[in-house]
Amino acid sequence: MTSTELAQASNALVYASMFTLTLAMIFFAASFAAGRRRPARAAAPATTSVEGAGGTAVLTRPPEADDRPLEPGRRAANIGMSLTWLAFLLLLGGVILRGVWAGRAPWGNMYEFSITGALGVLGVFLGMSIRRDLRWLGLFVTIPTLLWLGLAVTVLYTEAAQLVPALKSYWLVIHVSAAIICFGGFTFAAATAGLSLVRGRIERRQGTTDVTGWTSRMPTSERLQTLTNRVVAFSFPLWTFAVVAGAIWAENAWGRYWGWDPKETWAFITWVIFAAYLHARSTAGWRGSRASWIAVAGWVAFLINYFGVNIFVNSLHSYSGM
Amino acid sequence: MTAPADSTASDPTRAGLGGEAPLPPLGSAGLLRWMWRQLTSMRTALILLFLLAIASVPGSVLPQRGGNPRRVEQWLTDNPTSGPLLDRLGLFDVYSSPWFAAVYLLLFISLIGCVLPRVGQHWRAMRTPPPAAPRNLLRLPASREVDVRQPPDAVLDSAAEWLRSRRWRIRRGETNGVPWVSAETGYLRETGNLVFHLSLIVILVAVAVGGLFGWKGNVIVKEGGGFSNTLTQYDTWGGGRMVDPSRLAPFSFTLDDFKVDFERGEAQRGAPRLFEADITYRAEPGAAPEDTKIEVNHPLEVEGAKVFLIGHGYALHFVVRDSTGEVVYDDSSVFLPQDANFTSNGVVKVPDSDPPLGFTGLFLPTAAIDEVRGGFSTFPAADDPLVLMAAFRGDLGMDTGAPQNVYRLDTSNMAKVGLDSLTPGQTWQLPNDSGSIEFAGIDRWVSLQIAYDPGKELALLAAVVAIAGLSVSLFVRRRRIWVKAARADAGSTLVQIAALAKAEGADPGADVTELADHLGGQDAASERSAQ
Repeated sequence: MTSTELAQASNALVYASMFTLTLAMIFFAASFAAGRRRPARAAAPATTSVEGAGGTAVLTRPPEADDRPLEPGRRAANIGMSLTWLAFLLLLGGVILRGVWAGRAPWGNMYEFSITGALGVLGVFLGMSIRRDLRWLGLFVTIPTLLWLGLAVTVLYTEAAQLVPALKSYWLVIHVSAAIICFGGFTFAAATAGLSLVRGRIERRQGTTDVTGWTSRMPTSERLQTLTNRVVAFSFPLWTFAVVAGAIWAENAWGRYWGWDPKETWAFITWVIFAAYLHARSTAGWRGSRASWIAVAGWVAFLINYFGVNIFVNSLHSYSGM
Repeated sequence: MTAPADSTASDPTRAGLGGEAPLPPLGSAGLLRWMWRQLTSMRTALILLFLLAIASVPGSVLPQRGGNPRRVEQWLTDNPTSGPLLDRLGLFDVYSSPWFAAVYLLLFISLIGCVLPRVGQHWRAMRTPPPAAPRNLLRLPASREVDVRQPPDAVLDSAAEWLRSRRWRIRRGETNGVPWVSAETGYLRETGNLVFHLSLIVILVAVAVGGLFGWKGNVIVKEGGGFSNTLTQYDTWGGGRMVDPSRLAPFSFTLDDFKVDFERGEAQRGAPRLFEADITYRAEPGAAPEDTKIEVNHPLEVEGAKVFLIGHGYALHFVVRDSTGEVVYDDSSVFLPQDANFTSNGVVKVPDSDPPLGFTGLFLPTAAIDEVRGGFSTFPAADDPLVLMAAFRGDLGMDTGAPQNVYRLDTSNMAKVGLDSLTPGQTWQLPNDSGSIEFAGIDRWVSLQIAYDPGKELALLAAVVAIAGLSVSLFVRRRRIWVKAARADAGSTLVQIAALAKAEGADPGADVTELADHLGGQDAASERSAQ
């Protein structure tokens, strides 16, 4: 393939992924709408219930956890998951072709960071979904990922070019790939933390953990918090590694391993906030919604580092290519 | 600053600290103890972490002296009222300000106060056998009861063997004639946690070592120019308290050539593509010269110090002649870039002519002139070079003894002679028979940073250990398991298995199931609950 063809193919795959992801989002939304129409979830009663119908007693078996009849919207959510897998593979192809086109790791400017970041978010979501049912989370992953990709292809788009000398190092692959996986993890954690806050509020209002309404399909706020904790516990050491790898690289490129450059400062702030999150999880009175707020704050710090420092601040890390 | 993700309930040392603060007992010793306990509580650590995050923010918004002193001066000039106020608060030296130090030192004291006692506790815990089996195992959240064919002792032997092979710590005993196995695993979690926190202290020590024994200097070297590692040769130099500046490593080098290349394609036009400084260096005077090169990401290592390429620009070569045609100046002067296309400012000072001459210049590597913007450069390479010069005559102010900025011309005691623009090779005959200036050629300069940090290896080692400890502390799950076996009727053995998670994320149910599967019994629980 010629260079132009490669470029077109990469862009086409990114657009195809966005289209597929839009469909996935619609199916996830449809699944939510279907769940909403039914006032209360078929809250599996512990005892066998007898429904009177015209004087005839009808015995209904309590639905088992696994072979429960299809909840409304279940099929739509399944389609949404399949489409998300497809979108992930298309985006993976787009990122790989971008790298082939540029002849290097596809991490030289903000467009490339962004499409790979979206890949990281989808990857963490799909990876986590292998061992547990995450269909309820699909809508809240596809919407931000689509917004993110939309921003990438419109505002941040840059033609592939060679790297500036400062990025020509194998540390680019190590440092950036770790940071991108962390972005996926922190985004996932922020989504579950945010949902646990919403769900927790509804649980308090309804006075039960078995709530009705649009959040009925989700796990309880406490289980959402546990899930958040798991993802942070995975991402935090990796983020530590990304920061340390960045420090080693900085020592090699700029002569100091830590210089409080704005990018380094915000990486540190993000690290400290997630450290606070982990401590909050083992402090009485902080385990619940407060910890969730901290997880959301950590993600916001990550975004400030990504957009704010790359574009607006005079930093050694201004590699946006814009 | 204690174990993340360990449940509070399982940790007796933290009981009471998380809740309301106990009232201080009377007496100053009691008060001190109370304050110490408050400082080392998890809640204080949490608050200090937030403070640390917030305190770090202003340094990323305002320019910092440590990173960019020129922009700090600019900021102070642009904001004459708020600037000095912010300066007094240390907001241009955030990371070396007393209030920032106060936050992180308190955090580290809190950390030490929390971690050190836990080292002792953990040491004792590792030497204490697991606790005896509780009376009623089936009351625990994860428990199971199975019927096995083998006799009780054989069952417990098999369970203990299985647990030991998985590195559980075993204790066996008997209560009221019923033998049991008690096992615990995941001590590494706390070990990792403690190692992580102790490594953070080592990192702080490494930073301090670098600060005390390290040094860092910057120097601009022109093509053809040289440098030897003595204090006077540096443009800026800073060293720790324990550094003797007269005993720096005696290496020297010359800059033979500096190659630079910029993107000429459509995408990212003008972005740098290549920086390469060819140098000849000697490790010490009299040593054999060695040819090498310095690139970004490839510093030169000499005598423990590293020489980094951190910037570059143009140095313009001028020849100034007086009215008789005699050469009074023949040198290149450093022009500092003002934008990404290397529109650069510089000055030429000629004290040896009579009267002394001074020139200010605006260099445009690829010149464009526009009525609104004046002269500017459209590309960083010297494709179509032009220098706009202003000539002055009079007192350069170089005899007053006051320190002078080599990049600025003080024209307060000088008279303007005229303006002109020059391309390489052109000569400008100054009016009133004041002599001439020739734009003889274009060289380049590089800005080098030479740094020595004896703490960095220790910092790296501590960081690697910290990551290992952190990973272990977050992935290892501490949990207990108990097995009881008693002879039931009909020659079978009734086995009770129960497990307890001592950390978040553990799945005690899985441990129970695995062990039950290993023992291979029939589930007794379902029959029982059916009765």
